[in-house]
Amino acid sequence: MSNSMDNLQKIKNSLKRRSRSETRFRLYGRVAIAIGLAAVLALFVDIVSKGHGAFKATYIQVDVHYDADLLGITSLADESQLMQANWDALTKSALRNKFSEVSGRRDKRQLYKLLSNGTGFDLKEHLVVNPLLLGETESKWLLADDDIDTYYKSWLDGEPYDARLSKKQVEWIDQLHQQGHIRLQLNTNLLTRGDSREPEQAGIYGAVMGSLLTLMLTLMLSFPIGVAAAIYLEEFASKNRFTDFIEVNINNLAAVPSIIFGLLGLAVFINFFHVPRSVPIVGGLVLTLMTLPTIIITSRAAIKSVPPSIREAALGMGASRYQVVLHHVLPLALPGMLTGAIIGMAQALGETAPLLIIGLLHLLRIFLRFLPILLPCCPYKFSYWPIAQREPLLKRHQLPLWYCCHSC
Amino acid sequence: MDSSNLFLLMLALGAVAFYIGRGRSLAVATPLGGIRHLHSLPNYYGLNALLWCALPSLIILVLWLIFDEPVINGIVMGSLPADLAPLTTADYNLLLNKISNLADGIMSSKGQPASLIAVADSMAGLRVISQWVLTALCLILATIGLYWGWYKIAPDFRARQSVEKVMENLLLGCACLAIFTTVGIVFSVLFESIQFFRSVPFFDFVFGLDWSPQTAIREDQVGSSGSFGAVPLFVGTLLISAVAMFVAVPIGLMSAIYLAEYSGKTVRTYAKPALEVLAGVPTVVYGFFAALTVAPFLRDLGADFGLTISSESALAAGLVMGVMIIPFISSLADDVITAVPQSMRDGSLAMGATHSETVRRVVIPAALPGIVAGVMLAISRAIGETMIVVMAAGLAAKLTANPLESVTTVTVQIVTLLTGDQEFDSPKTLAAFALGLMLFTVTLLLNIFALHIVKKYREQYE
Repeated sequence: MSNSMDNLQKIKNSLKRRSRSETRFRLYGRVAIAIGLAAVLALFVDIVSKGHGAFKATYIQVDVHYDADLLGITSLADESQLMQANWDALTKSALRNKFSEVSGRRDKRQLYKLLSNGTGFDLKEHLVVNPLLLGETESKWLLADDDIDTYYKSWLDGEPYDARLSKKQVEWIDQLHQQGHIRLQLNTNLLTRGDSREPEQAGIYGAVMGSLLTLMLTLMLSFPIGVAAAIYLEEFASKNRFTDFIEVNINNLAAVPSIIFGLLGLAVFINFFHVPRSVPIVGGLVLTLMTLPTIIITSRAAIKSVPPSIREAALGMGASRYQVVLHHVLPLALPGMLTGAIIGMAQALGETAPLLIIGLLHLLRIFLRFLPILLPCCPYKFSYWPIAQREPLLKRHQLPLWYCCHSC
Repeated sequence: MDSSNLFLLMLALGAVAFYIGRGRSLAVATPLGGIRHLHSLPNYYGLNALLWCALPSLIILVLWLIFDEPVINGIVMGSLPADLAPLTTADYNLLLNKISNLADGIMSSKGQPASLIAVADSMAGLRVISQWVLTALCLILATIGLYWGWYKIAPDFRARQSVEKVMENLLLGCACLAIFTTVGIVFSVLFESIQFFRSVPFFDFVFGLDWSPQTAIREDQVGSSGSFGAVPLFVGTLLISAVAMFVAVPIGLMSAIYLAEYSGKTVRTYAKPALEVLAGVPTVVYGFFAALTVAPFLRDLGADFGLTISSESALAAGLVMGVMIIPFISSLADDVITAVPQSMRDGSLAMGATHSETVRRVVIPAALPGIVAGVMLAISRAIGETMIVVMAAGLAAKLTANPLESVTTVTVQIVTLLTGDQEFDSPKTLAAFALGLMLFTVTLLLNIFALHIVKKYREQYE
């Protein structure tokens, strides 16, 4: 009797400890979820705070005098003259007029660096559209160089980053700011231009187009093939070793690292079939193989969820097995299959590693403007910029990232 | 005719065949008293004609496109005059490219030897002939098929069965694509690896302690030893994966337990999808996050405490990779925990155990095989993860177990070896395939084992 009393006492004594450990355990769970959610929050806040700057670019107001002598042209109709004209002279003279006190070669060269390299071409396009401007003077907002842009944005934020500017340039920007001749404007280049070596001229248009092309190809190939495979495995395949083998293969492929698919694409499509690098079709084929397991697995789940009574009713009405599948099972399973397709496409859109290997990046560095680069490759490419410039540059260029994130 | 035009033409002919077949079946049926006297519906007769017309020629078209270039190249290179014959494979490829460019007219023939131009001309000629033979072959096959499909149409012809037979084979072909992909991966990685192991012994690769894949082009080049010891890469990969697992396993597991056992319905409906957002973020975004936010933060933090943390530390890459894997582990663990029968929990609670004791002593042991499998799948994902480490981890192969230093991984090396211009026969390029083989083997074993456990476990409670 006293023994059981002892035990009861022991249990009573341990109750406090046990309830404390219960609370602790609960707390661990809460902390784990809090950490996970904090990670989500940190990721999004980081991307948005670093990427939103890309929507705005710095513009400088100058008086441009469209001087035919300076350009070295006689008429605007002559295409070859336009090609050879000295468009940079327009921006240079405009800057010289604005800062007439600047003299000396070195200072002048620094002065010219205030504006982006491509502004001459922008003026050319503007002049071709408005030929009456030739010989006139016009006040115009022109795109600033990326270093100026970085400095101006960081200066507005209160922590100026002037490591890449000279003292004179900083003074000039102060002067411009006091006169109200420098401001942030909507960055139109971002959505309309392709890749460029000049960060301020670069846009994501080419990348978006490349991604869309590849994605369309992937969808067109992987959805029908995936659905067909799922139909076969669920509705027609007899349960035997061969079917098991196919299933094992599909499940394994779903977990194979994506970079291995890149190796496959490189060895088979490029090395064996000699498909040229960097065309969207190679990317599309590799991504098709990669997303196929996902689509097959989700499609099979969707087909499984169609109630057997539907099949039996159709069979009872005298439909053949194919008619049952095509007329009854498939329409009912379609929403589930489309979910799988969307998941697969999101995966394909964000996938980068295999595309780097099959060279959707490097050839494009050569043909910069002419061929589309894939969107996910964009942020990777930016990591090639010199480390000293990276952090400030990102104020402009994390947008593609942000875009990637939102698309998924 | 251009191949793509030919393809469209075949499709158009197929459509014509469909209408002819359908029309004939109706024409055959009318004198008998309507289509109920046909064995199959008219559309099946049409489809049958379409398949007969388009399928054989399309198969020929695809096979031709795959094999015509190697065959033409073989003929052309076989017919080379002795003074042009290349000595090495590299020369061979170079010459082939040159001839092909000359034949396409991409390269100007100015200044090229006359014999080379003659070879290029013969190549261009062969290409034209090949295209015409293909066109003729496809058209003949399509016509014969069309005629055959039309000829076979009769009231008692079992058109539906015939069409369904073809369809079944097409479906089977689609399902077999998974096998072909696996075979393709194995062969593409294996062949290049075997070539690699011819120049670098297998044991030097697997047990070598020094990795510097720059092979010397000149004899006296500095810093290009070309040694391929992969141990530092394996160690680096394991180090980063270990850091990732230290983050992901406790957090993922505890959040799964909390969501499955403790939380109310509202918390679950909001917290679970919010955590799963992490799984949908592209890995390249994580890479950016690691390289530009986490790594500098850790470096500055370390500096405050007097620690030198490399700005490409394994810690930063591992932490972010761990965050990426959290939803993976939590959703797998959630599945297995909810699959544990309620009766087991009730039994434990009835014996007077607290909720946490029930979870720790009853639910977790019951769910353990599934959790282990989930963790193994997560490890295989961490080992194969590429973009985070490419952007956040280092390039230099260092043999260290210190997570504060910079290490490199298998996947990083594959990417760096293969991006940019490369030739296919240098050990440097082939090394990437050998690394790929290792990666594929390890992840495959992990996956098979994990899937096996999951399958076995599922059967236990169903």
